[in-house]
Amino acid sequence: MDGKTTLTSIKPYRRVPEGSQPPSLYEPYHSTTKRAPLKPLILLPHTLSEITGPIYGHEKMGEKDNDLTAQHEGEPLGERIIVSGRVLDSNGRPVPNALIEIWQANSAGRYRHAKDQHPAPLDPNFTGAGRTLTDQNGAYRFITIKPGAYPWFNHYNAWRPAHIHFSVFGNAFISRLVTQMYFPGDSLFPYDPIFQSIPDENARERLISKFDLETTQPQWAKGFVFDIVVRGPEATPFET
Amino acid sequence: MDLVPTSSQTVGPFFHIELTTDEHCVRCIAGPNAKGERAWITFRVLDADGAPVDDAMLEIWQADAQGKYNHPDDPHFGTSDEDWIGFGRLATGEDGSCVLETIKPGCIRHNSIQAPHLTVAVFARGMLKQLYTRVYFAGDVTNEEDPILSLVPADRRDTLMAKPDSVRPRYWRFDVRLQGEQETVFFDV
Repeated sequence: MDGKTTLTSIKPYRRVPEGSQPPSLYEPYHSTTKRAPLKPLILLPHTLSEITGPIYGHEKMGEKDNDLTAQHEGEPLGERIIVSGRVLDSNGRPVPNALIEIWQANSAGRYRHAKDQHPAPLDPNFTGAGRTLTDQNGAYRFITIKPGAYPWFNHYNAWRPAHIHFSVFGNAFISRLVTQMYFPGDSLFPYDPIFQSIPDENARERLISKFDLETTQPQWAKGFVFDIVVRGPEATPFET
Repeated sequence: MDLVPTSSQTVGPFFHIELTTDEHCVRCIAGPNAKGERAWITFRVLDADGAPVDDAMLEIWQADAQGKYNHPDDPHFGTSDEDWIGFGRLATGEDGSCVLETIKPGCIRHNSIQAPHLTVAVFARGMLKQLYTRVYFAGDVTNEEDPILSLVPADRRDTLMAKPDSVRPRYWRFDVRLQGEQETVFFDV
């Protein structure tokens, strides 16, 4: 790297390990073939533009935003669940005040979205969207219902495993993460090209939430734990 | 402790129900009293065939007219424009486009001088992870000295330039071409 670009590098963020992120082009997921760049990406030394980022959404939090079962007059149909976990950075430090947004299908596998044509019923008591902020320990908690699996058009008889979409802000614009949380034991994993697009098996497995008896509430709702890691800065030589 | 960042998965086709509701979109990132030259940027996202991508989401991160980011890790934090937002989030429409209202950013002065630019993250169905690009302003004299543009092969730099709209003053156009001959430069961040 020449001197000029080194000068723009300040408190750089840690790069992600090989194989832990999906490639842009993954042919079994057909929609990637026309939406993935084929020319080489340009390696960007981190500047202020990369290591700063938005503090967004904090003023727009509603009381029921983290309880997707309480946003309508009645209760939604389906299996009530509690999804909780922590947001940490790659140095293991909790990320407080991080905005987490989620969206999902209802228990029948249908999204409340004009473009979802799956012939499964909508639930008048379920929108399927929520948001929350992590607390000082990076912890978050949602109450929702378990989403259903649903068919899609990627290939013949294609079904998505049940999942909840997660969108998370870390400290920097390059720590931004959008992912999907899955449920343990789903028989659709081997057939799902979106899940399978992640080369590293351990990384893939970390997208599967864990059933958790501790956070399960007796006579009320099962608990699932999903911890999230966003990119953090490189440690300085003085830190251990 | 060493932790591997969580793997990305596509935002999918249904993100609008949370991420880009009317309430959660941010189409204007400069408050009414933000200082600087107001600018409107029409983004258009296109696939390998040049077809509009009507289900993309763009997120924008930008410094104010003085080149200051509204963030504690900017050494100028606390002195940025009080009416500056700096973060935008937009969904593309049927024609693959969306319009951001902003002000033209200043040069980023920190160890080096970067030309005025916006950072853009692109999300869509069919994209397993977001792509990062930058929007510079065609014709800005400081582009010549920008340390990041100098890393980009000369024949591809033009893909990072917003072009002034020939009809409407203060309007700019920026195409995000995900693939193809005129593929936009994306960065490995």
